[in-house]
This record gives sequence, structure tokens and C-alpha cells, in this order.
Amino acid sequence: MKITIDNKIIEVEKGTTILTAATEAGIKIPTLCHMHLHELNYENQPGACRICVVEVEGRKNLAPSCKTECTDGMVIKTHTPRVLNARRTVMELILSNHPNECLTCSKNGYCDLQSVAHDLCIRKISYKGEMSHFKPDISPSIIRDMDKCIACRRCEEACNTIQSVGALSAINRGFNAVVGTAFCKDISGSNCTYCGQCVAICPTGALREHPHIDEVLEALADPTKTVIVQTAPAVRVALGKDFGYKPGTDVTGKMITALRQLGFDKVFDTDFAADLTIMEEGTELLNRITLANCGIKNVSLPLLTSCCPAWVNYMEQHHSELLPHLSTARSPQQMFGSIAKSYLAEKMGISRKNMVVVSVMPCVAKKYECKKPEFFVGDNPDVDISITTRELAHLIHYANIEFNKLEDGVFDDPMGTSTGAGVIFGTTGGVIEAATRTAYELYTKEPLPRINFEELRGFDGIRTATIYFHETPIKIGIAHGLANAKKIVEWIKSGKCNLHAIEVMACPGGCIGGGGQPYHRGHIEVLQKRQTALYSADANCKIRKSHENPAIKALYAEYLGKPCGPTAHRLLHTHYSKK
Amino acid sequence: MSDNCNKKITDRVREICASHHNNSGELIMILHEAQSLLGYLPQEIQEVVAEQLEIPIAQVYGVVTFYSYFSIEPKGRFPISVCMGTACYVRGAEKILEELERQLEIKVGETTSDGLFSLNCLRCVGACGLAPVVTIGDKVYGRLTTDKIRDILADYYIREQ
Repeated sequence: MKITIDNKIIEVEKGTTILTAATEAGIKIPTLCHMHLHELNYENQPGACRICVVEVEGRKNLAPSCKTECTDGMVIKTHTPRVLNARRTVMELILSNHPNECLTCSKNGYCDLQSVAHDLCIRKISYKGEMSHFKPDISPSIIRDMDKCIACRRCEEACNTIQSVGALSAINRGFNAVVGTAFCKDISGSNCTYCGQCVAICPTGALREHPHIDEVLEALADPTKTVIVQTAPAVRVALGKDFGYKPGTDVTGKMITALRQLGFDKVFDTDFAADLTIMEEGTELLNRITLANCGIKNVSLPLLTSCCPAWVNYMEQHHSELLPHLSTARSPQQMFGSIAKSYLAEKMGISRKNMVVVSVMPCVAKKYECKKPEFFVGDNPDVDISITTRELAHLIHYANIEFNKLEDGVFDDPMGTSTGAGVIFGTTGGVIEAATRTAYELYTKEPLPRINFEELRGFDGIRTATIYFHETPIKIGIAHGLANAKKIVEWIKSGKCNLHAIEVMACPGGCIGGGGQPYHRGHIEVLQKRQTALYSADANCKIRKSHENPAIKALYAEYLGKPCGPTAHRLLHTHYSKK
Repeated sequence: MSDNCNKKITDRVREICASHHNNSGELIMILHEAQSLLGYLPQEIQEVVAEQLEIPIAQVYGVVTFYSYFSIEPKGRFPISVCMGTACYVRGAEKILEELERQLEIKVGETTSDGLFSLNCLRCVGACGLAPVVTIGDKVYGRLTTDKIRDILADYYIREQ
């Protein structure tokens, strides 16, 4: 059918909303609550903010474009004085109960509310009334400041539909209505997994990460400390956004130089620890498969990956009966910290107390992970401070570093040496592909006929594939987004799951879509560009299998002994408990 | 577990859920029935409902806090509801409410320390001809004026002794 929007005649399918039709025709209608994740098939359209109203010919009142379906011959106007006045009134009403503190807000410059207010030329707030006052909720990973909530309900959608965690819900009514936890508990007392997807899509300063920039600056200024940094794979393909680079631009070289300029003594790569994870997790998988093939019962298969801290939290909180399935291998962040403060500290001749390990992660759950007591030796943590990709961008701005003009740098040795297998850890499917490359060669003792496993790549929420290790079929599963992970968990619980290994990443797209990345606000196409960038970084690596990493080989020869051996077990593995 | 909410009660809540086939679509009906057990919905009851229906506890709490019918606080033996519907409002419901708050020394949503009275507002009981209207338990008091309140409350105090 045909409709007319702003004098433009366009053809639309039945059931299309005015907002979707306008967007497809290149006409922008502002909105604060609507969010459409086409690639993941989720749509948040609560019709809550009323900013997207438009005029429809023959209709008395204005129509919320996100909730109004097109009809044949409909004539729509998106920026008449009546529409603009209504939008401005709505915006002024929203702002009348919003703290007027943009200049000191953590989302200053990154706030949808701010930019829509700017576009609508709001110069005064005509309404004065009661203001909301909620207690700030501070957890190790996420800070909730509900005074800044505009009730768009995106976080509720992310928490319940996309992640199926169900920590957040709309509570109370009328003026007191807010998105909150059951019994108004702090988020740390709820069943939140700290995946941070609520932060990734929040249009205002209501939800943000717990910042740790000041701790980093203090450590860098302390002459008694050796401060080393590790950067996760997904960071390098997202950091550039803050400096005007196109989505998915790989800025590894400039990032390394920026970190040196900030004053880090050594700039290392979490990809190194990702290779180490593969050695341990791959060996663990082969051990479990061998035991099962020998007819030993009660072997916990499928093996579930354990790199993602939000996924581990989810399992500990929601499905503790399946904890034996989780690989005991620590996450790359924690393996890195553990090796840095033992092997590397010894090599550098410094005590672990004088070493500060900072991690740059695409993730807010990593902040909680590094504070877990099992990752401490005495009162000293393996990873001292974890900051997000966004916080690194802030640090670079803060130090007045002209990022775009930096020369490309290279990582330091030995913990900056990595392979293509390590770099793809940042995307859904990457961990299991890296593991397959190594497990295949360890099992068959022959080189891989091909390195790329296209069958493990992609963006579908749940994927499965069978890889033949000679005649032995190895059945692999992949899930990203916790709602998909939940389906996998239910499959395992039904007793019908015949897979050997399953990779799970809590965030849609994996770490590239993490809660610590530049806010994706539902634009999944950006994540796909980051994914492509990681696969090309892998393709450009000379070494693309974890077990061929010379620094990893040296680490085992000099220090760890065998994968899954006693030293490796002490330093690189962990245990889980019901939370 | 609170004193009020013992195993007998939680078992009964499970039965209520089962009678609705643990169907999350019938959450409101289930909460209605569950509230009739104690007169309110303590955390334990909400948790049992969430568990039986396999829905997040936050969702149950969201529904309970949305509808004014549901209460998460224990109600008094004699729950007082002041109608704030349009007819009652224009005929002085607000004054009635203020007087009740003054005499009972509680605010809306609270219960007196002796557990005798709790005070709430509601929207229209459908007796607009009798405005302003207050209900105490199942009894309806119409055409109420502030000077009648002391005697009405006194009746309940006497009944308790």
C-alpha cells in the first residue's frame, strides 16, 4: 500500500508502523523509548515517551508513530507546528522531573535526552512540580540513579526479553512509577548478572558503569608501583568511535600508543591470556570427551565455556545444578592477572604488592569479577582495576591525547604476544572456533586442513555445528544473549542435549556488544561491523592457533608445566558456587 | 519466614497456583486469592507465586505495587478505605481523610500500632449517591461528616474490648 509522509509517497507493507516507514524513507522521527533490534528480532515499543507523535490527515489527535500502523492512502506530516509544539511540551514535562545537571552528568555528550532536547530547541522549562528522589544504587559494576530515569522501559526489555534475567521490572504507579528490582532491593541484592545490557541501551544518565578512572590515575601517579595494562580483544574495534572513526575500525596500534602515553609501564594484550584459556579449556574438553568415550558415566558434557563473567553469574544464580558443566578455566582477564602477578612479577623482579594490573574490558561484569574473593592472594587481587572501553576513551580525552594523530605502537613482550585465535574471543563464536583449532590438532596430532570454521560464525542467537576430528564427530553449540543461553540450559536440563561443547556469551554479539562498549543503543549493525573487524584481524595474523603462540609455549616450558597440570590448576582454574 | 507466613500458608499458595495451572497469564487472579489468606502479600507469598509460575520475582512485585488493591503491608483488623472518586472528592472526602489521619495518628497506607485500623484510599465504590463514602471492612458509611468519625471509630474500639 501507499502512504505519504512529508509529501513523499512511499510503498509500505501492511503492519508497518509510521515510525518504521519514516525511518526506511530516510525521515527521522525522534524517540526516546523505541528500540528496534532488527537482527535479533526484538522491538521495544511501549509508546511511553510520546516524543514521536505525528499528524495524520483526518485524525483528530496526534498519533504516536511507533504504535500506529500505516493504512492505505495515509497522509502523514512529521514536523508541523502542532507536532513540534506537542513534542516540546512533552519534552518540557519530562525535563520538569529531571535533574538539571548535564554538565556534571556521566552521560554528558552521550545522552539521547540531551540530544533530543537540543534538536527540539528547548530553551526553558515551563513546568515546575514535584521531583523524584531515589537513593542512588551503587553496585561493583553498575550504578543506578533513578532520578534520571525517564521510564522508557528499554532496560526492562533488555533485562527481561533479550537477557531473560528478570532483575528489573516497572514497579509502583503514577508519579512513583519507576523501573526497579523486586522489593526495591539494591541491584547487588537482586538476581542481576551485571551483563550491563541495560547500561548499553539506557538513553539517559540513569544507568551507567561504576567508574574506576580515578583509581587508575592514582596508580599511574604512584612511583612505587609498576602499572601494567591488558586490553580485551573487543576493545580495539570499538574504542575508535569516541574519536570519530567508523564503526568497526581497528585502532589497536593507536590504542597501544595512547596507553603508553598515559603512563602504563607495560602494555599487554588479553589476547595472550585468551590463547592461554584455549590451552586449558581445550585440554579440559578433550579430557572430558576421552573420559566419556571410555564409558565413564557422569562426565559433565557438554562443557560450557566460562570466559564471560555475566554468564558465570547467571549460572551461579539461576542454574546452579549445572555448575559442573562450566569449564573450571578462569576467564582470560583473570588468567592474565594471575600470570602477571606470579610469572611476570618474578621475571621483572618485583613483588606482587608493587604491581598494579589494570584491565580494559568491553564489559561491566568484569569489574565485579576481579573483586571476587577467589581471585585474591591474601588481600591482593590478581586484577586490581577493571575499566570499560568507554572509560579508556575518557582517560584519553582527560590526558589531552590527540588520538587520531598517534603513531601505531606494538604490544610489549611477553604477555602482548598473541594469535588470531585470541583476537576472535571478542565475538560470538570466536572462543569455540579458537578452541576447535587447538583441540583438533591436539587430538588428531595433525595440522588443520583449514583454519576458518565458517560454520561457527554468524549472528544467529543459537548455532550448532559438527566438526570431525578425523572420524570422531565433535558437536558444538553457540549461544549469545542470555535469553538464548537460557534455551540451551533448558535443553541440557531436558537430558536431550547431545553436544560436547557450548560457547556462551551473555551479551548479544558477544563482547563486541558488551555493556562497557560505546553505547550501542540497539544498533546491532554496529556490532556486526566490529565482528567483521575482528575476523579480519585474525586473518591478518601470522600465527592463528593458540598452541603455536611462542610466548605461551615458553610460559608452559618455563613455569606452568602441562596444561591442566598442578601449577596450571592452581593459577588458572577456579570453582563455582550457588549464589 | 515472618510469623504470619508459615508453611501452611505457602502450601496453600502453591495450591492456588496449581488450581490456575501455574499459568502466568492468571497472575492477578492468583494474587487476589493469595491476598485473601492473610489480607496482604508478604515477600514470601510473592516469591512462592513467582517460583510456581516461573516468572521473575520483579514482575510479580511490579504487579503487586501497581494495583492499589494489593498490599505488601499487613492491614489492620478493620481496614478503612476512603473513596476519593469524583463525587466523594467534591463532597469533602479530603477533609474526611485528614480527620481519619489525625484521629488514628497514621498516614494513608499505614496501620495503627495496635493493629486495629489501616487506612487507604480508593477510587469510587459505586455509591456516589451516598458521597462522601468510607468503608470499614465490609461496612459502608455514607454521607459522612468529620464530626461523625469519632463515634464510628469508638464503636470498633468498644467491640475489641
